[in-house]
Amino acid sequence: MVKTVPGQPGGSPAGLRAAGRRLTGRHLPGGPGPAGQYTARERAAALVRRRHLAPYILVLPSVVAIGALVLWPAIQIGLFSFQNYGLPQVTGAAGTDWIGAGNYTAILSDPEFWLSLRISLIFAAVVVPLTLLTGTLVGLLLNRLGRRMATFVSGAALLAWATPAVSASVIFVWLADPDGGVVDWTLSRLPHWLGGGAHWASFSWTNSALPAYTLLTVLLLWQGFPFIAVTVLAGLKTVPVELHESARVDGAGPWRIFWRVTYPLLKPIFLVLLLLSVIWDFGVFTQVYIVIGELGNRDEYNLGIYAYDRAFSNPPSYGAASALAFILTVVLLIITVGYVRASVKQGAIS
Amino acid sequence: MRRAGLNGLGLLVALVTLFPIFWMVSTAFKPATEIYSLTPHPLPAHPTLANFRTVIDGSVIGIPYWNFLKNSLFVTVVAVAASSLIAMLAAIALARFRFRFRTSYLIMLLIVQMLPQQALVIALFLDFRRLNLLDSLVGLILVYTAFALPVTIWMLRNFVAAVPREMEEAAAIDGAGPLRIFWRILLPLTAPGLVATSVFAFIFAWNEFVFALTFLGTDTAKYTLPIYVQYFYGRGSVDWGGIMAASTLFTIPVMVFFLIVQRRMVNGLVAGAVKG
Repeated sequence: MVKTVPGQPGGSPAGLRAAGRRLTGRHLPGGPGPAGQYTARERAAALVRRRHLAPYILVLPSVVAIGALVLWPAIQIGLFSFQNYGLPQVTGAAGTDWIGAGNYTAILSDPEFWLSLRISLIFAAVVVPLTLLTGTLVGLLLNRLGRRMATFVSGAALLAWATPAVSASVIFVWLADPDGGVVDWTLSRLPHWLGGGAHWASFSWTNSALPAYTLLTVLLLWQGFPFIAVTVLAGLKTVPVELHESARVDGAGPWRIFWRVTYPLLKPIFLVLLLLSVIWDFGVFTQVYIVIGELGNRDEYNLGIYAYDRAFSNPPSYGAASALAFILTVVLLIITVGYVRASVKQGAIS
Repeated sequence: MRRAGLNGLGLLVALVTLFPIFWMVSTAFKPATEIYSLTPHPLPAHPTLANFRTVIDGSVIGIPYWNFLKNSLFVTVVAVAASSLIAMLAAIALARFRFRFRTSYLIMLLIVQMLPQQALVIALFLDFRRLNLLDSLVGLILVYTAFALPVTIWMLRNFVAAVPREMEEAAAIDGAGPLRIFWRILLPLTAPGLVATSVFAFIFAWNEFVFALTFLGTDTAKYTLPIYVQYFYGRGSVDWGGIMAASTLFTIPVMVFFLIVQRRMVNGLVAGAVKG
């Protein structure tokens, strides 16, 4: 457990233990018996030491678990996407039916696919900048607030962050409910110049794509900004106070200080936050599933919901669903490559 | 003046952020006449426990609330324990050893964390169907353990790395074996980190929706709490009082957890977020 450099026997616990034994002349459990006979357990331990197997044994359970339950399903999605895979294949009535790129050509000429892809893209393009901007502003605010106020605001943000996706979704659907919801009530009482008016009374937010995704934007902003704020705040704490002070002495305003001092220093953090937000908002599922009222309103599907619908609505089409899921996965993986590279640059992989 | 402006802004942000949560709790205590009144009131005029009674009786679904609480607790606790144990082993390997494929392993963790669950659920559903793991809490435990691992390993690695190597070396010189070093030095010193990562795993498993929704399709007795809340919501005539009460009961434990470990959470996040 103490080893760093392979091939340096004195650095391993075994070596240290042997050294300890030599020094004290004491027999320790695990060492060779008095007659020089090695038990199977001791021989195995010696093998582990000699081959430096310890780290591999330690990572093995996690590799097996992740491999079997995350990586293998991802590979299977790829395989299924080239098959005609429906109920007959599931029940065993028909064998594996490879159809080449059939699912993909069908998808490319499927207007529902393009609609769902467009919804996913536009949604991410709107929500990501909004969340980053709000989160950063709140992070900057938290950094300037007094201790007690900062605790109160970050506590509130923490509660929003802690709210499970299912709860947050049903809360926002209720807030925007046409009968008794507080959003419609407020909007219908707002003055006209603020966009209010009687036409908001009983306005349904969930029955068509634009209002539904407007509601989802507010919902994901509410759930997403605390993480950004807390991370930005943590980054701000690492910026030396002297830097800001000297910039201020030199006559720089807050705007200039942010762009010339804070932003360059926190740029790596912002890059990671940007990529994480894109991945989350492009792949959002639970909130959309609940806000659009489960499956059925096909013109409100995003890419993930569409893939899920093809797999789990009757009749199931696992092949087509896998092709959609594979496209979703590939898009996310491309963004993830950027995320991994940003992490490597930051020295996270060390 | 400037201070007052900032405080005012802070107060505004906090109140806007708290409003949805406040509205959930407030609705949960309102009788139906107030919930559907034409003028919504912030606080219930005649607070009632009727909504909570509906939820706990489980009259909507025919099974009392405790059953779902038990399912959720069982799945979550087992998954957290399993993933913490497996992640601890991996974290020790990452923090204390240089080995081949170490970098590939780290990159694999980063990538795996980003795979969309609604995509993988399709293949896992078919696998679990073949293995008879659908409508089973065991299947959920397996999935939650595996999916909690990347983040848990990633975070724990920093906590293990923070333990001074010299302490372990000193113990080794004094004749302590690897297991003893683990129990007496590494485990106590990484305990705060273990708490923080467990909380992350707990929240993930407690909140998880997609897998539970898909795997527990027909057997309502096996539902976990998120699916129970969703079931309440998915009925034709919407009982907002009941939904908000169910959602409150489901959400409060997570919030309490969050607030208790707040400082460690943020520290753990900094360890995870700022460095990676």
